Amino acid sequence: MHAVYNAIFEPGFFANPQVHVAVTIGGLVAIVSAVTGVFTIMRGQSFGGHALGDVSAAGGAGALLVGLSPVAGFVGFGIVGAGVMDMIGVRRLRGRDLATGIVLGTAIGLSALFLHLTTTVGATSGATQHVLFGSIFVTPAGTVPVVAALGAVALGVIAVIYRPLLLATVSPDVAAARGIPVRVVSLAYMLSLAVSVGLSSLAIGAILSTALLIGPAAVALRLTRRTGGAVGLACLIGVVTTWLGILLAYDSFYWGTSRQALPVSFFIVALIFASYLMSGVPAARRMVR
Amino acid sequence: MFATSFMMNAWITATIVAVVAGVVGYFVVLRGEAFPAHAIPKGAFAGAAGAALIGVSSLLGLAVFALLGAAGIGLLGRRGRNDVATALTLVVMLALGAAFLSRTTQYEPEIYSLLFGEVLGVSSSQILPVALLGAACICAIAVLYRPLLLSSVVPEVAEARGIRAHRIEMAFLIVVALATAMTVPVVGALLIFSLMIGPPAAARSLTGRPLLAMLLSIGIALATVWIAIAVAYLYNWPVGFCVGALSAASYGVGRGGAAWRRSRAAATRRPVVPPRQPVGERTGR
Repeated sequence: MHAVYNAIFEPGFFANPQVHVAVTIGGLVAIVSAVTGVFTIMRGQSFGGHALGDVSAAGGAGALLVGLSPVAGFVGFGIVGAGVMDMIGVRRLRGRDLATGIVLGTAIGLSALFLHLTTTVGATSGATQHVLFGSIFVTPAGTVPVVAALGAVALGVIAVIYRPLLLATVSPDVAAARGIPVRVVSLAYMLSLAVSVGLSSLAIGAILSTALLIGPAAVALRLTRRTGGAVGLACLIGVVTTWLGILLAYDSFYWGTSRQALPVSFFIVALIFASYLMSGVPAARRMVR
Repeated sequence: MFATSFMMNAWITATIVAVVAGVVGYFVVLRGEAFPAHAIPKGAFAGAAGAALIGVSSLLGLAVFALLGAAGIGLLGRRGRNDVATALTLVVMLALGAAFLSRTTQYEPEIYSLLFGEVLGVSSSQILPVALLGAACICAIAVLYRPLLLSSVVPEVAEARGIRAHRIEMAFLIVVALATAMTVPVVGALLIFSLMIGPPAAARSLTGRPLLAMLLSIGIALATVWIAIAVAYLYNWPVGFCVGALSAASYGVGRGGAAWRRSRAAATRRPVVPPRQPVGERTGR
């Protein structure tokens, strides 16, 4: 019994302070991303959700260059980017795609510049990789309250606009006819998306930011049609895959003989992707019947 | 600026890249496939890391991963809505890339150049494969031209004429993947995206005629990369920044120009031929 337990939780998993921080931040970010993600998918804005991660990473690179706090860089750039996307192309789905692309292209150009200046001027090694990939295990413990506070802001905004947002998402015309300010609701949603994505790409890296935003919500929306149910299910899937991924990454250090851990992002994404593929099975069955 | 051989290599490859990006990008914008156009190059970058790990040429790794990405997007996506499939394919490829990178002692500058491009470091031996892949992309677009245009602009009519939308989609994604594999070593995974979006979008807002728009898009893309290389050479700025900034600026100018023409047409009460619906807006969505 003890041997099995030790094989699942390799020695020191529960005592490791880095693991504590990773589990706390991972759980918080997974919940915030899952809630925002359900609306992101229903509104067809996965591209925007992903692009905001890169936009805020550009802000992170800029903050690194001028010595500002990374939180300000990530979240600030994300909010500006979301505002511009919303401003230059909201009316049509196609226009939105293009607007997102243009903002993303500009942000990528800026991050090329910032990283170029940082690596030549400051000689900070690892800046490129850190900004792009991040790692949940190197997040300092001091980030936890910031993540919690900003996450609460994003969730609070969504809670306040929940019903009008839902109506504006499902049927913008009906929402407009009922006197719901669709533009304002859309902007408020984009801003909470920006905060949520900026936060997650700061805390857990750009890959996981998109994975946790889209993955759990996509699985949940394949399993249930009710929005409330989907939100709850997405939170559950997000938290479980994140914690399991952290555990596997920690254990992977002891696998084989190389004594080299595989990245957390690899495990979390693998788990999410596997659950997405499995969630297709019941839907396909229903179709056959 | 033109005398040294490495600068000549840079001019030649950048020109090929711009022509391909201008043509392929026109359809990317027309079909609203900006997300796949971003995801395939960015995910293919992981292939280069994998190739470094097992010791094969990075062009091969890029091509394999780009094609895998295209297949993933095409197979997982449902008709008309592939953004979730694209996001999931992208994160899977990036996660593999992170796993590969954790196993190599690959050096930081190499990652930077694969992502943001190293157009000033192209060797003569790279020109031939780039030119061949570029020619393949242009030929594929030429062959697909009519069905591709039809299924992008009026999908219902295309369907009625027996054009399989899903096959066209798949074929187009493969063209994007080929264009990606050839351009990533030159302009980088992230910048090819700007080049495939900015110039064609600007061209489309200036004219509604497909061939003219495509030529215009090639022209803007060429101007963008040439200016970017010149600035990079003279002031040692990253090529990526100039490409990104110029692409966005050309889009802004295109939008501004279109708005100005519209307002002038409204003032003289002489409606321009297709007033608000340029060729290529799908009507059903």
